Amino acid sequence: MQIIQYLINGISIGAVYAIIALGYTMVYGIAKMLNFAHGDVIMVGAYISFCVTNYLGAPAWVALIAAMAVCTVLGIVIEGLAYKPLRGTPSLAVLITAIGVSYFLQNAAQLIWSSSPKSFTSIVTMKPISLLDGQLVITGEVLVTVAVSALVMVGLTLFTGKTRTGKAMRAVSEDRDAAQLMGINVNRTISTTFAIGSALAAVAGVLLCSTVPTLQPTTGSMPGIRAFTAAVLGGIGSIPGAMLGGILIGIIETFAKAYISTQLSDAVVFSVLIIILLVKPAGLLGKQVQEKV
Amino acid sequence: MKKILNNKNTRTNLITYLVVIVAFVIMQTLYSLDMLSNSMKGYLVPICAYVSLAVSLNLLVGVCGELSLGHAGFMGIGAFSGVVIAALLKDVIASDVLRLLCAMVFGGLLAGALGFLIGIPVLRLRGDYLAIVTLAFGEIVKNLVGNLYVGIDSDGFHMAISTSRMELLEGGTYLIAGPKGATGVEKLASFPMGFVLVLLTLFVVLNLINSKEGRAIKAVRDNRIAAESVGINVTAFRMKAFVVSAFLAGMAGALFGMNYSSFTASKFNFNTSINILVFVVLGGMGNILGSVISATALYVLPEAMRGLEDFRMLLYAVVLILVMLFTWSPKVKEKTEVVSEWVKGLFYKLTGKKEVGVNE
Repeated sequence: MQIIQYLINGISIGAVYAIIALGYTMVYGIAKMLNFAHGDVIMVGAYISFCVTNYLGAPAWVALIAAMAVCTVLGIVIEGLAYKPLRGTPSLAVLITAIGVSYFLQNAAQLIWSSSPKSFTSIVTMKPISLLDGQLVITGEVLVTVAVSALVMVGLTLFTGKTRTGKAMRAVSEDRDAAQLMGINVNRTISTTFAIGSALAAVAGVLLCSTVPTLQPTTGSMPGIRAFTAAVLGGIGSIPGAMLGGILIGIIETFAKAYISTQLSDAVVFSVLIIILLVKPAGLLGKQVQEKV
Repeated sequence: MKKILNNKNTRTNLITYLVVIVAFVIMQTLYSLDMLSNSMKGYLVPICAYVSLAVSLNLLVGVCGELSLGHAGFMGIGAFSGVVIAALLKDVIASDVLRLLCAMVFGGLLAGALGFLIGIPVLRLRGDYLAIVTLAFGEIVKNLVGNLYVGIDSDGFHMAISTSRMELLEGGTYLIAGPKGATGVEKLASFPMGFVLVLLTLFVVLNLINSKEGRAIKAVRDNRIAAESVGINVTAFRMKAFVVSAFLAGMAGALFGMNYSSFTASKFNFNTSINILVFVVLGGMGNILGSVISATALYVLPEAMRGLEDFRMLLYAVVLILVMLFTWSPKVKEKTEVVSEWVKGLFYKLTGKKEVGVNE
């Protein structure tokens, strides 16, 4: 029974990673950049939600919407100020700028909210469900997290598949120049992608802090790196891949903590990543692109 | 002599050596005259270590074109193994300098060997995937070393991955105590030794760049398929650069570690790797002298801004973003060109000289 409990916990944390990984994967697919500031947008989202519930006493859904709104704006501003001027330059230049943005967000958060950890009250008020005489406990957070991430996944798939903007996003990620020639506004499409990714980051931040209730300026960095690993594991640029990668990383991490060693879980997760990339160099669901000469 | 100086590569190399030597002589003189503040004295060894790290990473990122995000991992391996070796050799070798040298060489060799092992799988990947795997490698090293226990007692040398499996006899000491890191480290590192390390790094890297291997490596960077088709063994050359870079990072790590009486594995995390990468990118990819200067300046900058306290890292972040925008953005470049043309025009007007090359 214990093993099923671990599996449930793993899927729950994995669902959070999956939402973060979706943000990474969409931005990478379209702008071809590793957005290392993504993890810190999560942290900002969590802080906004924290402030709205604790200082304004607003209900949870208001906090969530406020966090999403702030992060969306933040994502668009970051993209416009820091990444847009560097479009078309070597990816390393954009990478370093993203790192600069990440430092900036972390330190700004430290100035505003101080570095001492805040205890985040979960936004989920649902009672835990006990199954099999209490041997198996499914908390409200687990249910909400899994439901939300499934919703996000379905929503995004429909969005990229059916809507005009979504199709434009796919076209830009396929071939930017050709998309531009077909009359797609590339800059606006990239901005939209950042907006969506950042809104998802806010959701992930609130869910993450509902599950792991300590909030400090560095909260986002480690889940950010793990989710990034998840995106790569599933095949960066692929939406179902990010979902699969996130859940897998969550399960592996929980099992490693339970059966191998709590301290060594990071080493296990990253070793799995290396091994999988050896077998499938483009990730589990990634496309293997043949280089043209 | 004139012929040598006319060769552009040789000239830049000589300038690089000259800058480093002059900087060392000046700092050493100030040091012996006791004109340096205590904090400045403390920066000297880390600066040397970071310069070596930046130059060795530049070999990988700038010259070879491989983005590595795990350089701190190699640094950490060097630091921890160097500390252990220095402690083990305490009774064998009396001379501190010699012991430090042994520790550095061993740290470098171990890092290089691990670089070779990790290079076999890593170098099959390309571009961003290679970056992720090096990132993963760095995290694995940090995680493993952070849980490693190494100790010596009258029975000899002990090593384990958890406390329960490790029992030292009375009088034994822990050299590395898991999350607490390396403790009771002898501070063997010295500025002259750091200078020697920097010179060695420069010598190895500059010679590699300007050799037959270096040209092959650059060919691989510029067009892998073309390089492959003219018969260059791409994997072998990438591996060579990777191992050399890891070796030098290990040596620098050993020097860095022995500058502190204690340090933890978290010192060699992702942020440190990123910092070294920032040194390389801001100094100019493939530009060795640039790496030397930017590593020094960017190490001192946040330290010098300590007076600003909380605003220090915020300012550093802003500086970082602005510098990237100013050096890379095509729009900003256009504008700066306009400004520089204008300044030039003004200069010619003021000096009464005719503008050359523009009107003619």
